Amino acid sequence: MATSVLGTDRADNYKETELCLGLPGAAVAKNEVETATKATGKRGFAETVDLKLHLQAKDGVMDLNENIKSITSNVKNHLPAVTIKDPAKPPAKAQVVGWPPVRSYRKNVMSQKNAGEEGDQKASTGGSSAAFVKVCMDGAPYLRKGMIDFMNERKLMDLLNSSEYVPSYEDKDGDWMLVGDVPWEMFVNSCKRLRIMKGSEAIGLAPRAMEKCKSRT
Amino acid sequence: MLRKASSFPEEMLEHVLSFITSDKDRNAVSLVCKSWYEIERWCRKRIFVGNCYAVRPEMVIRRFPELRSVELKGKPHFADFDLVPDGWGGCVYPWIAALATAYPLLEEIKLKRMVVSDESLEVIAKSFKNFKVLVLSSCEGFSTDGLAAVAANCRNLRGLDLRESEVDDPSGQWLSRFPDSFTSLASLNISCLGAEVSFSALERLVGRCPDLKTLRLNHAVPLDKLANLLRGAPQLVELGTGAYSAELQPDVFSNLAGAFSGCKELRSLSGFWNVFPGYLPAVYPVCSGLTSLNLRDANIQGADLIKLVSQCRSLQRLWVLDYIEDIGLEELAACCKDLTELRVFPSDPYGAEPNVSLTERGLVSVSEGCPKLQSVLYFCRQMTNAALVTIAKNSPRMTCFRLCIIEPRAPDYQTLQPLDLGFGAIVENCKDLRRLSLSGLLTDRVFEYIGTYAKKLEMLSVAFAGDSDLGLHHVLSGCEKLCKLEIRDCPFGDNALLANAAKLETMRSLWMSSCSVSFRACKLLGQKMPRLNVEVIDERGPPDLRPENCPVEKLYIYRTIAGPRFDMPGFVWTMNGDSV
Repeated sequence: MATSVLGTDRADNYKETELCLGLPGAAVAKNEVETATKATGKRGFAETVDLKLHLQAKDGVMDLNENIKSITSNVKNHLPAVTIKDPAKPPAKAQVVGWPPVRSYRKNVMSQKNAGEEGDQKASTGGSSAAFVKVCMDGAPYLRKGMIDFMNERKLMDLLNSSEYVPSYEDKDGDWMLVGDVPWEMFVNSCKRLRIMKGSEAIGLAPRAMEKCKSRT
Repeated sequence: MLRKASSFPEEMLEHVLSFITSDKDRNAVSLVCKSWYEIERWCRKRIFVGNCYAVRPEMVIRRFPELRSVELKGKPHFADFDLVPDGWGGCVYPWIAALATAYPLLEEIKLKRMVVSDESLEVIAKSFKNFKVLVLSSCEGFSTDGLAAVAANCRNLRGLDLRESEVDDPSGQWLSRFPDSFTSLASLNISCLGAEVSFSALERLVGRCPDLKTLRLNHAVPLDKLANLLRGAPQLVELGTGAYSAELQPDVFSNLAGAFSGCKELRSLSGFWNVFPGYLPAVYPVCSGLTSLNLRDANIQGADLIKLVSQCRSLQRLWVLDYIEDIGLEELAACCKDLTELRVFPSDPYGAEPNVSLTERGLVSVSEGCPKLQSVLYFCRQMTNAALVTIAKNSPRMTCFRLCIIEPRAPDYQTLQPLDLGFGAIVENCKDLRRLSLSGLLTDRVFEYIGTYAKKLEMLSVAFAGDSDLGLHHVLSGCEKLCKLEIRDCPFGDNALLANAAKLETMRSLWMSSCSVSFRACKLLGQKMPRLNVEVIDERGPPDLRPENCPVEKLYIYRTIAGPRFDMPGFVWTMNGDSV
């Protein structure tokens, strides 16, 4: 009785409850389903009806393990292979807005990540526009793991230029450079950690910048 | 008024009603008969408005003349995940202005996901002489200037809670605006503030408020100052630390440990930004009494984390990052038999590869070891139907189950099947389930299970799931108690929506984004259902410049007696009435 009955009843109920709001060319439920199936290539409802899940709606817990075993064997016999990667889907690791559903405000508060790795600093975050870099400010008692929004170059520079402090950074080669001396893209790709120095200590950092630009362009 | 001899005198009914505080019960009372409606409305003290656009403030004021507490919610839940564009709405000012005139004796205002201006805060500060509690949860639009006005003017303030709000911080001095004579504070939550507050002002405030039970600091309060605060408030029940690191110095450590030992009433801990593990043992003295531990901002890992958690034998609620891993959750299951709520957050949500060993096994362990488990939020990267079935069997009391498998449409990693059966087992076994969030590879079948079994379900969140309109139809036609439905990136279109239009009036709201609902269907719905606001959100421009069968970007439908709203920004169109 189970699902096939459930399925058929549902289709009939669907028709009965359908508000006749007069959409021109409105198709019946089943047709819509079939069209959808063709469009996405996924298994349609009609195919799943044959599974006969024997769902017991009465008291007592259904024997799910039994069902799972019988389902998996049915599935192998009756159904086409489930495609896991739909070719029409975007590439697997592309950033999707609002997914996974983590609170957006937390990206703005100073947050830390991977603190256990004291030695190496990870600057990649799999596609998002922000990266985590260790930030050290002269005079502050401890390191902060800061999240630098690399899309906001202007904000960062304005903030730092208005004070007596000079932002410097350590790049992939281990050299200390002044922020702003190399093109922004190059800075973003090579920055491993930031140090905000007092202006007096920053003498001597500028000359290296020219060499870097020449060797990398 | 003519009364039958057998009816209660009004005063007696009022007295009886004073014991009835739940909104649902109060609403039921008001429906019994006209006289009960009248008596009830005159003595209702608290009101909860789940959608600020469902009713106009004047309507609330007209019906309930004696309110002391108002709670409002604004933006849809998916605003938390950047799906609602800035400027959408939810401004509280019109409400505050109306309340200020109508309720001079108002004591509490609680707002969630609303835009609150400094001006609103100033009106609150100056309009209500007996104002006691302000809660701004996930709000934005205000600065510490507004807070300064509240501090300076609310002489009887008991609670100020800014949880998860975004606050502009032009001045850190607002705390100093609490007068020296102000001593009534019982609860202060400033954990969301980005900048430093004046520590001396904070210390004096904490020291002179003997009723202070809840203190949630922000990360800018350094660890070496925490001991001073604790010694000034040994009666604290709930504490959120600031940054939890400093150079390890024996005297700082022993001072802190001593201060914690003095807090015999402490039941809830949070904060722990930037943890230096060497300082963790300072909290061990209070662990055995803790019922709530929130480590979602804490970068504690490995043995340090497990050691901390396993000492909290009385724990009922744990929020933690996935650094806890399966092995830590096994330990949790062995130690914390009173656990009712578990939330495991991703430490690296956008990373391509797993950075920790947290799988479905961790959640299964907890369901096995913790018989009182009721509420779960779990981010992970793999799941199986078998695991979900086991969890369902182990936790029949589950009321809230939110699973987020990070990769959209991820199947059961062992069988490569959809997770329909697993979630089906959850809804079938957990008969009191009120809230459910789905993820992973799911077909229309899972919605059939939900429609069949989830009879108490009130809120459902769906993403990247389903095959056709049938999925949506199962939910709308089967879930009798459904109140909020939010859907993104699902192939649901016009038919299920139009066929179940009447259902939408029984729900608070429906959100659909990146689905297949056409502009034509939205217009139809808006025109035929005057008690629904049907709002299309589309940042591409006016929807009528595109073909009618083009799907809309986002759709937000909610029941209302207030009519279409007047404050829609340029990217929101109402489908109601002639304005279409």
